[in-house]
Amino acid sequence: MSDERRRMAGGLDYRHGRIELWHGSGGRAMAQLIEELFETSFDNPFLARRNDQACFEVGAGRLVMTTDGFVIAPLFFPGGDIGCLAVHGTVNDIAMAGARPLYLAVAMIIEEGFPLADLKAIVASMAAAAKAAGVAIVTGDTKVVERGKGDGIFITTTGVGVVPAGVEISAERARPGDAVLLSGSIGDHGVAVLSKRESLAFETELLSDCASLHDLVARMVEAVPGIHAMRDPTRGGLAALLNEIAQQSGVGIALNEDAIPVAPAVRGACELLGLDPLYVANEGKLVAFCAAEDADRLLAVMRAHPLGRDAARIGTVVEDSRRFVQMQTGFGGHRIVDWLAGDQLPRIC
Amino acid sequence: MSTVRFIDEFRDRTLAARLAEGIAAAADTGRTYQLMEFCGGHTHAIFRYGVQDLLPANVKMVHGPGCPVCVLPMGRIDHALQLAREHGVILLTYGDLMRVPGPERMTLLKAKAEGADVRMVYSAMDALACARANPGREVVFFAIGFETTTPPTAIVLRQAKAEALSNFSVHCNHVLTPPAITSILASASDQESAEAPRLDGFVGPAHVSAVIGYRPFEAFVRDHGRPVVIAGFEPLDVMQAILMLVRQLNDGRCEVENEYTRVVTRDGNLKAQALMADVFELRDSFEWRGLGWLERSALQIRSPYAAFDAEKRFPLKSAAIADNKACECGAVLRGVREPVECKLFATVCTPENPIGSCMVSSEGACAAYYTFGRARPTMAPALADAS
Repeated sequence: MSDERRRMAGGLDYRHGRIELWHGSGGRAMAQLIEELFETSFDNPFLARRNDQACFEVGAGRLVMTTDGFVIAPLFFPGGDIGCLAVHGTVNDIAMAGARPLYLAVAMIIEEGFPLADLKAIVASMAAAAKAAGVAIVTGDTKVVERGKGDGIFITTTGVGVVPAGVEISAERARPGDAVLLSGSIGDHGVAVLSKRESLAFETELLSDCASLHDLVARMVEAVPGIHAMRDPTRGGLAALLNEIAQQSGVGIALNEDAIPVAPAVRGACELLGLDPLYVANEGKLVAFCAAEDADRLLAVMRAHPLGRDAARIGTVVEDSRRFVQMQTGFGGHRIVDWLAGDQLPRIC
Repeated sequence: MSTVRFIDEFRDRTLAARLAEGIAAAADTGRTYQLMEFCGGHTHAIFRYGVQDLLPANVKMVHGPGCPVCVLPMGRIDHALQLAREHGVILLTYGDLMRVPGPERMTLLKAKAEGADVRMVYSAMDALACARANPGREVVFFAIGFETTTPPTAIVLRQAKAEALSNFSVHCNHVLTPPAITSILASASDQESAEAPRLDGFVGPAHVSAVIGYRPFEAFVRDHGRPVVIAGFEPLDVMQAILMLVRQLNDGRCEVENEYTRVVTRDGNLKAQALMADVFELRDSFEWRGLGWLERSALQIRSPYAAFDAEKRFPLKSAAIADNKACECGAVLRGVREPVECKLFATVCTPENPIGSCMVSSEGACAAYYTFGRARPTMAPALADAS
């Protein structure tokens, strides 16, 4: 159908159209948006029944549930956009419990004036990511706020998944002696996003590492069901994750800087901007803590998976009542790897 | 870790170990060497790479005041707050400053949350772009920094004048390195002599020297009898400079030496100096946190550019505002106290909730100590396992 005919027929005008307040007001315009965009893109029988909730069978065992809000500037960045991010982020939070993700719910808060073409691209990206992850987006909600009261679009996704029997992965289970395994290079996502920020804008071929990790996790859990703790380093980077686990498990962590994979482009950008890659965000990496005797087997499984090719053993859990994360620097000295205070800021001296 | 050319050469562990051996062999076990690194950039490198772990016990680094955010006194932060809250301007500044507590622990970040228009910029040119983009608003760039960040501010002022921008001004807080180093030695030799550390030599500034050259330190060395080695900000630069200082002290020499020859010359960047001289002139006196009022230690905007001087453009109240009494930032900045000797350190004063400015900037001694250096290495055996 041509754009003209679509407009004549009352279809959504993706070329020039923008979100208007009535797209969220519960009337015909909202129904049209849901039908023409969301139902068509997310395409599943749960959504097609047009209930305010999704009803599904649950097998025996344990369910995990998680929710995550997504705000990002810019909305489209090298290697991804807010749409696929909203799927990967929640899929990964489910997967970090060793679980298999099943269903997602999505809530969108859209600013008046947001281009329909951008919304379409974001929804298509969500649909593709969900399909690749084997999860269905089964229910959702749309609200529109007045121009100036939102930053384009905010997306919240909620997900459920099932944990296989015998798997007990939790942040308080790291033990002294555990190996710390990282699935690949750090900082790619944060640097890719920064490179497109208006105030910084620099050239890089780097892409966000934005990916769903459930399949990698499934292989890992199959090989070593007794993984103690697992988490994906997102905001706050690897440093925040390690401090969280040290805090929850009441242990210290000893890192070896030389073992931590960082892409040359990330290191270069961090040097220029005065940032530390340990604190830069990721969206497709994980860190696993397992008994030392399982480490080699788990590492081999990770490296055999496309999303874990560069996996490395980066450190060891140690006894430390102060719960410090410490690192032997590549230079030969030692330092603490602390939580980030505030935001990472470029140095001025 | 991957290799990045022109960076990894200056962080090489094998070279570091060799330099460490060299320093240990050169250092006379019969004496101590107390060396001050002036710049926050050096303090940051020392902590981030763990340089102190590679030094023998009798070579001790004392951290200096070379952190532009740290030395800014409360009264100037108050000016920034007045501009943002009372004059309704768009206030632009470099990031760290936003978290520095002013009077009653107010910060620019809190003012922003209250509705003031405070924005972070990455460069002085961004400030100019903001003024062009907001012709209906007064835009003030709150400029801070040593000689390194001064030339960009000068360029921006010249550009603003050339464009006859009517809504742009600069609140100038640019300060000078040599007077501060001199003041530290003067204070060490006078009222605080009982508690002040003896300073045997200085690791001289890197980026600052790229601008002003190392010539200004020749007079300092002659007048004060302390050697200075200009060093780059990479950890190997710092170690090489330490070795050069130890050798000078052993030989009884007292010279300016330049370790940072790949960047620094005797006369520095003459173009940048000419720019600075065109736009700025010396202030009679300027207050430094920790060091007090120092004569001819800071810059102000020359009269041809007066229309762009925020201090002339806005009626700003200047009050002398005392720092928190328990905060030892002043003594830390003079090298008289170590961060851990302050009662507030890591108790009520943390990077999340700083009382003093030294806990704010990553170049501040307290923040560097808190973030990187609180724990001494206790995990060497575990690390050997890990690698």
